[in-house]
Amino acid sequence: MTELFQSLRRRMKGLMLKFMPGMITCREFESFIVDYLDNTLEAEQRTLFERHIRLCRECREYLAAYQASNALSATLKSSPDDQVPDSVPQDLVDAVLAARQDQE
Amino acid sequence: MSDKQITTAPEPIAATDHEKLVRDNYGWMLVLARDIVGDHALAEDVVQEALINAVRGLDKFKQRSRLQTWLRRITINQAITKLRQLDRIAEEEFDEYQPEFDKLDCRIEAKWATLPTPERILEQQGTQALIEQAFAKLPESYRLVVRLRDIEGYDTREVAELLSVSENNVKVRLHRARAALKKLLEPVLRREDSKEKPL
Repeated sequence: MTELFQSLRRRMKGLMLKFMPGMITCREFESFIVDYLDNTLEAEQRTLFERHIRLCRECREYLAAYQASNALSATLKSSPDDQVPDSVPQDLVDAVLAARQDQE
Repeated sequence: MSDKQITTAPEPIAATDHEKLVRDNYGWMLVLARDIVGDHALAEDVVQEALINAVRGLDKFKQRSRLQTWLRRITINQAITKLRQLDRIAEEEFDEYQPEFDKLDCRIEAKWATLPTPERILEQQGTQALIEQAFAKLPESYRLVVRLRDIEGYDTREVAELLSVSENNVKVRLHRARAALKKLLEPVLRREDSKEKPL
């Protein structure tokens, strides 16, 4: 019963977002996300995007999880120290210094 | 000569400085190159070329305080050059782990009652490894765009120039990769034992 209700509710919402003026669908919302987060959406698109966030629970929660996931993946910057090799291959040092001497 | 000129003028560089530059920076440059090209031997080639470019250009580099930032850029450029030589920059098909929509283009998304803060998630044991595993599931050309944009902090235009693709292509790859990471990281984001904030 709950599933049927959810399906009906989504259908009603889908029809409203697809056909009412001043609305965008969830799929259109999806295509605006990168520009929205970069703050590069044009004013009109931004208005449509923010209106959609207010009306659509799924997209609101999706965007929050998407941003949380971005924050997590951005932490990959710092590799663990133990991955850094202790020594530098001497042949590499020699090759770099020789290339510098060639230049001079 | 003004004070400003005095502070920015480079000092003469001795040969020992070149060796010091190599020894001080080799380690982290190798890790960075390996993260991008995904192979130790290739990464060594990349770092050697990057260091050669660096010592050759050092005389012209005036902002010594930003040496690591400069070396980071040289390493990334060299790594991308290497990937391009190996024809590993081209966009691949990638339709997995993308969001779902119904026939009316309505999003299908399981309810999120709460969402833990990223800081809280990172405190949990094993989170970093799970993030790395999720990242490894992306195709290389998508992983590269996320690394450049979200990890290294380049903007869309810079990434497009580095990869010789359009800005729109960068945005499309970035979004698909982020969407996939969101789906792959859902088990971590929905973990019940995290301290959560209501949505």
